[in-house]
Amino acid sequence: MNIRHLWQRLVAPLDPPLMLISGLLLAYALLAVSSASSDRIGAQILNMLVALTVMCLASQTSPQKLMRFALPIFAFGMLLLIAVALFGDISKGARRWLNLGFMRIQPSEIMKIAMPLMLAWYFQKHETHLRLREYAVAALILLVPVALIARQPDLGTAILVLAAGFYVIFFAGLPWLVIIGIVAAAAAATPMTWSLLHDYQRNRILTLFNPEADPLGKGFHIIQSTIAIGSGGILGKGWGQGTQAQLEFIPERHTDFIFAVLSEEFGLIGNTLLLVLYVLLIGRSMMIAANAPTLFTRLLAGSITMIFFTYAFVNMGMVSGILPVVGVPLPFISYGGTALVTLFLGIGILMSIHKHRMLVRK
Amino acid sequence: MEFKNPEQENERFRHRLLIAGGFVLLAFSALFGRFFWLQVVQHDYYQTRAEDNRISLVPILPNRGLILDRNGVIMARNYSAYTLEITPSRVADLDTMIDSLAQVIEIRMKDRKRFRKLLEESKNFESLPIRTRLSDDEVARFIANRYRFPGVDIKARLFRQYPYVESASHLLGYIGRINDNDIERIEDKEAEDNYRGTEHIGKTGVEQKYEFDLHGQTGFEQVEVDAGGHAVRLLSRIPPVAGNNLTLTVDSKLQAVVEQAFGDRRGALVAIEPSTGGILALVSMPGFDPNLFVDGIDSQNWDALNTSLDKPMVNRALSGGYPPGSTFKPYMALAALELGKRTPQQTIFDPGYYNFGGHQFRDDKKGGHGTVDMYKSIVESCDTYYYMLANDLGIDNIAAFMGQFGFGSRTGIDIEGESQGVLPSPAWKKKRFKRPEQQRWYAGETISIGIGQGYNTYTPIQLAQAVATLANNGIMYRPHVVKFITDTRTGVVTPIEPRPLRTIPLKPQNIEFIKQAMIGVNKEGTGARAFAGAEYVSAGKTGTAQMFSLKGEKYTEGRVKERLRDHALFIAFAPADQPKIALAVLVENGGFGAQAAAPIARQVFDYYLLGKLPHAPAPTDDTEEEEDVPDAPPPNPLPDDKVIVR
Repeated sequence: MNIRHLWQRLVAPLDPPLMLISGLLLAYALLAVSSASSDRIGAQILNMLVALTVMCLASQTSPQKLMRFALPIFAFGMLLLIAVALFGDISKGARRWLNLGFMRIQPSEIMKIAMPLMLAWYFQKHETHLRLREYAVAALILLVPVALIARQPDLGTAILVLAAGFYVIFFAGLPWLVIIGIVAAAAAATPMTWSLLHDYQRNRILTLFNPEADPLGKGFHIIQSTIAIGSGGILGKGWGQGTQAQLEFIPERHTDFIFAVLSEEFGLIGNTLLLVLYVLLIGRSMMIAANAPTLFTRLLAGSITMIFFTYAFVNMGMVSGILPVVGVPLPFISYGGTALVTLFLGIGILMSIHKHRMLVRK
Repeated sequence: MEFKNPEQENERFRHRLLIAGGFVLLAFSALFGRFFWLQVVQHDYYQTRAEDNRISLVPILPNRGLILDRNGVIMARNYSAYTLEITPSRVADLDTMIDSLAQVIEIRMKDRKRFRKLLEESKNFESLPIRTRLSDDEVARFIANRYRFPGVDIKARLFRQYPYVESASHLLGYIGRINDNDIERIEDKEAEDNYRGTEHIGKTGVEQKYEFDLHGQTGFEQVEVDAGGHAVRLLSRIPPVAGNNLTLTVDSKLQAVVEQAFGDRRGALVAIEPSTGGILALVSMPGFDPNLFVDGIDSQNWDALNTSLDKPMVNRALSGGYPPGSTFKPYMALAALELGKRTPQQTIFDPGYYNFGGHQFRDDKKGGHGTVDMYKSIVESCDTYYYMLANDLGIDNIAAFMGQFGFGSRTGIDIEGESQGVLPSPAWKKKRFKRPEQQRWYAGETISIGIGQGYNTYTPIQLAQAVATLANNGIMYRPHVVKFITDTRTGVVTPIEPRPLRTIPLKPQNIEFIKQAMIGVNKEGTGARAFAGAEYVSAGKTGTAQMFSLKGEKYTEGRVKERLRDHALFIAFAPADQPKIALAVLVENGGFGAQAAAPIARQVFDYYLLGKLPHAPAPTDDTEEEEDVPDAPPPNPLPDDKVIVR
């Protein structure tokens, strides 16, 4: 009886459509990881179990509780970011990690969820009097941590955090005029931004426009991944049969460039299937957001939805050579625990919001 | 702002959500478009590039063809040896690596220098030898330590070897590492594909001339490689086809006899089979060790070979220009007979000199030869007879007649590096000089042409071809060293057909007379001493000449003094009635032809006709002996010295 009760409680918030879609994505991920790096499959299954546990925990947490956590989590994240900037470990030329003695953490990752939580909380708090001032404060809340992350430097995470925050502000109703203004200003500021970028960041952008200029150097990643995608054709070369992947021409083939492996082995059919899964995931998430009862939950759900999209678009865009190379994994598919936990935390939150859609309204 | 309606608020949110959804679909459509472009439209292109990535063609070198002498004796072969090779692109710090490698296997300064040189010349990712010819012990030691040296490998490679070392070095030539000139040569032949992976190419001699026969067909292995360039598996293999074997007309033992006869004297000998033009021996002394060039000659040996006064790298037989001296006289006599300027019986009186244009051309014999007919003029080598004859014939007749025998034109032998020589004529002089007074032909210049001096300059191969043509009754062949080419796979033999270049229209009785006179030379004349007791009848003519290039050098004691001596010449053929061999010998600074050159010819004939090996080396001593009738030194041997007629 007791166990059954517990099970009921555990399963109750789980949204079947989301479970199905993310389950299919994970199955696809297992195929991909086992082809790209078969000895990592055990570790990735473990990562998935951890991520699913996090999802269950999140789904058990009510939106009200989340709202209470918003400010402390954000403050904690900020503190860690500042700590990283001051005493972080340097790895591969970037100061991203904080060594806690027993483990190393990457605080910028926390911001991917903490940022929308914080901003959604902020807008909820000022729900009744949203004026330009509130948007400006929100922008400040967003830009300070983004700047800290970008300075580490970690352009990929900075873009994801910036996007997550921007979606909240956008969904909160930032006037179109301001949006257009920002876009115009950004375009005007491009030359200045260029001068602020690190050399390697500039090179990545330059490489995008002309990868063949340095085929064995900076262009290598993009050239080899586009060759992998293109040679996959419509049907693909078959699972484990991709020569680009199996002969190690694709760099980072189990992490950021895993999409090239999938494209080569499963072809356009496989890519279309993946796009459809993402569209379904985003569609279902949008439905949840549309039915969310409060401003906080709406903004949070909307932002999480668009984070899924951003991950997927930026990664596939970069691997297929239409976006610069930034360190963004393919959501649900790339090997690695951190991103997976973040993503399933998002799914858990969505489930929680969905479960509580009626309770609040009543 | 006034209080907002939550419903209205929600409506706006949903509106924005819709816009976001639209954006998502738009972005994903763009991605789909990109995938479609890459995977459908551009698929073939990327498919090809993926295959190019994956498949690497590894050339398999063919065995180079062997070079054999006419009796099947191997003169150039291949042997397999282990080399220690470094792939520079896989080694971060070459110097440190070579230092630690040197603790396992001996690496001398010489090896390092050579490796550096190869490194500068190398292009792609090829591996370069740091040590060649490892002993079994060294191979074992390296294998035990292999893990310490990534990018270093032991490879079995084929090396060229010339077992007779210096013997026939100018004839065989050598192979060396391919340089830019060679690449041009390969490109001219459009043989780039076949030379992928080939590192060596024939540089001189037969090795160079028959490069494309000897090389063979390169095989290829299609190998699947990973991104690091490591072979993963073999996909297909086209085996190489070994190069063709060359069988020479040369007799390697005869060649050795000649070289031994020369000893440490400088000079050249070309022996030809008159009935085919096949070269029996082609010697230029001193020779060099072609093995030194095979895996890159070191600078010490290279300098030694190039700075030596003896010029061992020069193929004197083909590129050395010498005045023929009195060996020219039989042809002069033949010209006189053919043109009706003399009959054999017609005599002259030789007082020991000939006066022309106020200048006295001296005979070498003081007091003269007295009454001289044509036979005596050849047997005793009378200069005065030919001074007069040259004047009677005139330069134009001489040039036209001698030209038929190939004097002054390249013979077309199948070895590179032939000089043209100089067949003097007014036309030649006009071309050769710039100033009008130099361009004019002076009648006095014709006189010394008659005894093979003056502007006359011919290569030993021309002298040999001329005497072979004479021996062959005027039927002239192109001299050649390769007898036939054997396809090593099919066994098909392609002979180099001896085809007469031309037949000089000569009256048989005239040829017969000249031959008889040349027999007389070896029987009772200047060659008699050298050919005393010979068991066959031979015909010959001695000659002595001075080399142009030595004029102007300081006359000092010791070596240089020796280098100012006359060159000794001898042309001959035997047996006289059915000539099997004709030759021209030149001994630089040998003194008199009768004494220095003729004995070498005797040894060659003895060996070739009778199989007799010489018991003692040829005398190098050159004290004058009375029986010798040396030719007179030319009055003015230099082409740019116009004051011949005073």
